[in-house]
Amino acid sequence: MGRFLLRRLAQIVPTLFFVSVLIFGLQQLLPGDPAIAMAGEERDPETIRYLREKFHLDEPLPARYWHWLSGVVRGDLGESVRIQKPVTDLILEKLPVTLQLATMAMLIALLIGVTAGVISAVKKDTWLDYAANVFALWGLSTPNFWLGILLILLFAVNLGWLPASGYVSPFEDLKGNLAAMIMPAFVLGNAFASVLMRHTRSAMLQVLSSDYVRTARAKGLNERVVILKHALRNALVPVITLGALSFGELLGGTVLTETIFSIPGFGKLIVDAVFNRDYSVVQGVVLLTATVYIALNLLADIAYFLVNPRMRVE
Amino acid sequence: MRWFGLFLAFAVSSVAAQSTLRIGLAEDPDILDPTMARTFVGRIVFAGLCDKLFDLDEKLNIVPQLATSYKWSADNKALEIKLRNGVTFHDGEKLDAAAVKYNLERHKNMKGSNRRGELAPVASVDVVDPLTVRLNLSAPFVPLLAVLTDRAGMMVSPKAAEAAGEKFGAAPVCSGPFRFVERVAQDRIVLQRYPGYWNKGAIHFDRVVYTPIVDATVRLANLRSGQLDFIERLAGSDVAGLKSDSRFKIARIVEIGYQGITINVGKSDEAQQNPLGKDARVREAFELSLDRNAIVKVAMDGEAQVGNQWVSPASSWYVKSLPVPKRNVERAKQLLKEAGVPNPSFTLMTPTTSDAQRIAQVVQAMAKDAGFDVKIQSTEFATSLNLADKGQYQAYVLAWSGRADPDGNLQSFHFCKAPLNYAGYCKPEVDDLINRSRAAADKAQRQKLFDQIAADVVRDRPVIYLFHRHWLWAHNAKLSGLRTVPDGLVRVQGLKMN
Repeated sequence: MGRFLLRRLAQIVPTLFFVSVLIFGLQQLLPGDPAIAMAGEERDPETIRYLREKFHLDEPLPARYWHWLSGVVRGDLGESVRIQKPVTDLILEKLPVTLQLATMAMLIALLIGVTAGVISAVKKDTWLDYAANVFALWGLSTPNFWLGILLILLFAVNLGWLPASGYVSPFEDLKGNLAAMIMPAFVLGNAFASVLMRHTRSAMLQVLSSDYVRTARAKGLNERVVILKHALRNALVPVITLGALSFGELLGGTVLTETIFSIPGFGKLIVDAVFNRDYSVVQGVVLLTATVYIALNLLADIAYFLVNPRMRVE
Repeated sequence: MRWFGLFLAFAVSSVAAQSTLRIGLAEDPDILDPTMARTFVGRIVFAGLCDKLFDLDEKLNIVPQLATSYKWSADNKALEIKLRNGVTFHDGEKLDAAAVKYNLERHKNMKGSNRRGELAPVASVDVVDPLTVRLNLSAPFVPLLAVLTDRAGMMVSPKAAEAAGEKFGAAPVCSGPFRFVERVAQDRIVLQRYPGYWNKGAIHFDRVVYTPIVDATVRLANLRSGQLDFIERLAGSDVAGLKSDSRFKIARIVEIGYQGITINVGKSDEAQQNPLGKDARVREAFELSLDRNAIVKVAMDGEAQVGNQWVSPASSWYVKSLPVPKRNVERAKQLLKEAGVPNPSFTLMTPTTSDAQRIAQVVQAMAKDAGFDVKIQSTEFATSLNLADKGQYQAYVLAWSGRADPDGNLQSFHFCKAPLNYAGYCKPEVDDLINRSRAAADKAQRQKLFDQIAADVVRDRPVIYLFHRHWLWAHNAKLSGLRTVPDGLVRVQGLKMN
C-alpha cells in the first residue's frame, strides 16, 4: 500500500506542473486585452498603463509565468482585480459552498440512481424496470437551466415553500441552508442519477448472472442478502469509480446551476472571472479544480485498492 | 399569555423584517471604492453608501447634496463650493473642505484611478475656509458640476482611506445614509443605517441588502416569492405578465445612455477599404434602411425610446432641427446607386449579449431590403472592445451607459483621438466646437454649439444612434417614495415600506 501510494503521489508532481503550464498558456490564448477589459467603461489610457504594469502584462510570457508560479508555490494565488480580494480568500469562501452543493447533489444522485438501478435490475422487464428507464431518459435529456427555472416557479413563486435562489451559510441557519440548497442539488444531481442508474443496472445484471450468486442462492440464502450483500458490493466497484470521477464533473456542472440559483460558489466565481478577464482568479480556480480532480483520481485508485483484493497482489 | 407572547414575537419579527430593504441587482458590482470603481451596477450600491457633492433630480437638474451652493468665477476657470455643515463620515470624522480637497486629489492622483479623466480639467484644489473649497481649472469646463454628481463627487473618509490604502474598497467608509457592513462576493452587500447621517429623516430602513442575481427570470422569481422588495433591469418580456399582478409595480425611465452602431470611419486602414467607412452616402443609406421603431419593438420588446443623437429626444439638449429620420428604402437605394455601390457588404461586430444579437439580426434583415449585405460577427464583449480599439472592425453594435451632462456622451467619442473614439472620427472644426461647448456657461449659447456639432456628427454618422433603453424597475407595491432619475440609480432617501 505504501509503495503504491508513493508511486501515485510522485506522478502528481509532473502532472500538476504540466497543468499549470497549460492553464497559464490557455489563458494567454483568450482574446482581448485584459487591461482594456479591466479598465471599465471609461478606459482611461493612464489606468490601462497602470493595470498592465501592476499585473505584469507588459512583461514577456515566461517572466509572467514565473511571477505566477513563484506566488503559487508560496501559497499566494494573487489578487482579484475586480474586487481586490486575495484569490486564496475567494477560493476559501466559495469552495465550501460548491463542495456542499456537489456533495448534496452526489448524495441525491446516489440515492436515486443506485436504488433505481438495483430495482430495475432485480425486477428486469417488469413495469418497475421500464419506469426506471423512462426516469433515466428523462433525467439525461432535461436541461439544467430549464428544470431549475421550472422548480423555482413551482416551489418558490407558486407554492412559496422554498427560497427562489441565494445561499445561507449552514452555520448561520442550517434549515435555511438546506432549504436554499435542495433545489439546486436536485437539479445538479438529477442528470447524474440517471447515469448512475444505467451503470448500476448493467453492473447488477452482470453480477446477478454470475456463478457465485447462483451458489449463494443454492445455499438457500435470503434473496435480500444475496442482492444487498453479495451482488451489490461487487456491482458497486465500477459505480464507485464513476462516482469519484464524476464528482469532478459535478463540480464543473455547478457553473450553470450556481448561475441559475445565484449561489455564490466556485462555478459562478470562474464564469465571472473569465468574462472580466480576472486572470489571477481564473488561474487560481482552474489550478485548484485540476488539483481536486487529480486528488479524486487518487482517492478512486485507493478505493479500488481497498475494495478489490486482487489489486493488492499486483 | 403564551398566545400574547407569540403574537408579540411575530409582530416584532415582522417589523424587523420590514426594516430591511432587499434590492436585486443584475450584476455583481466591482470594487466599492469610488476612485477605482468602474461598473454601472456599483453606482447603485454607492447611492446608498456614499453621498456626493451634488446629485441629479428627475429632470436631470443638478441639486446640492454634500454641497449647499456653488459659484463659478467670472472667467469660468474656478468653481467655489460651499459645504454642508455638520456632516460626518461613517467613522465619525468630519467632512470639511480639507476632506474634499483630499478626495479630489485622491481621485486625480491615486494609481489606477478611474476618475482621473473626468477630473482632468481640475488643476488644483484650495481650502478657502473649513466649509468652502475652490476648484481651479486649467480651462473652463462647464460639465464639471455633472461630473461631481457621480463617483468623482463622492467623498470618502480621509483617515480610513489613508489607513486602508489600495484595499479601501474592501470596507469603504463614506458619508451616505448607510454604512458598509459586509460583502460576500457574488452573494450580497449589506449596509446598515448610519445614525449620524445629515438627512436621517429621509431614511426609513435599518438595512439595505443588495443581492446580485444575473438571470432576469430568477431575479423576478425572487421578487414574486417575496425574497426581494425591488429589482432593477426587469426583462422587457416580463412587463406584460407583471402588470396584471397588483402586488407589484413597474417603474420605467429613459436612460441617459444610448444604443448605437459605431462605424469605423478612420480608426484604421480598414475604414478606407469598406464603402461604409469610406463614403458618408453609404452610411446615410444604411441609416435610411433602418426602421428604429421596429428594431425597438422586436429587439427590446418595445422598451426603449428611438433616437438619433447622443441624447434622447426627451432631453433638453436634443437638437430638434435634426429629428429621427423615417425609414426610406427607395432613397437608400438611390444613395447607394449614386455612391456606385448598389450592394455594399460589411461585417457587423456584435457582442454576444442577447440584446445586441437581436439588434444585429433585425438590422441585417432591414438593411438587406436596401441592398446591403450585412454579415454578423458575434464576438465576446471584452474581445470586441479590443478589436474596436485596434480598429479591426467595420461596424460595431455598442452601447454607452451615459453621463448626466451631454458632454459625457459626446467628447470621448467624437473628439480626435479621444480614448473611446472607436470610430476614428476626427474633424478639427468639431473638436473646436466641443471645446467651446465645454466652456459655455450660458445654456442658450451651449445649445447653439451643440446644434453646430450635431450638424456635423449626425450627418457624418461615425455612430448611428438607434435608441435609448428604458430602465425597468419592478418592486413591491407597498414600497413608496421611489425617485425615477434618468441615471438609473436607486436613491434610498425617501423609500418607505407602507
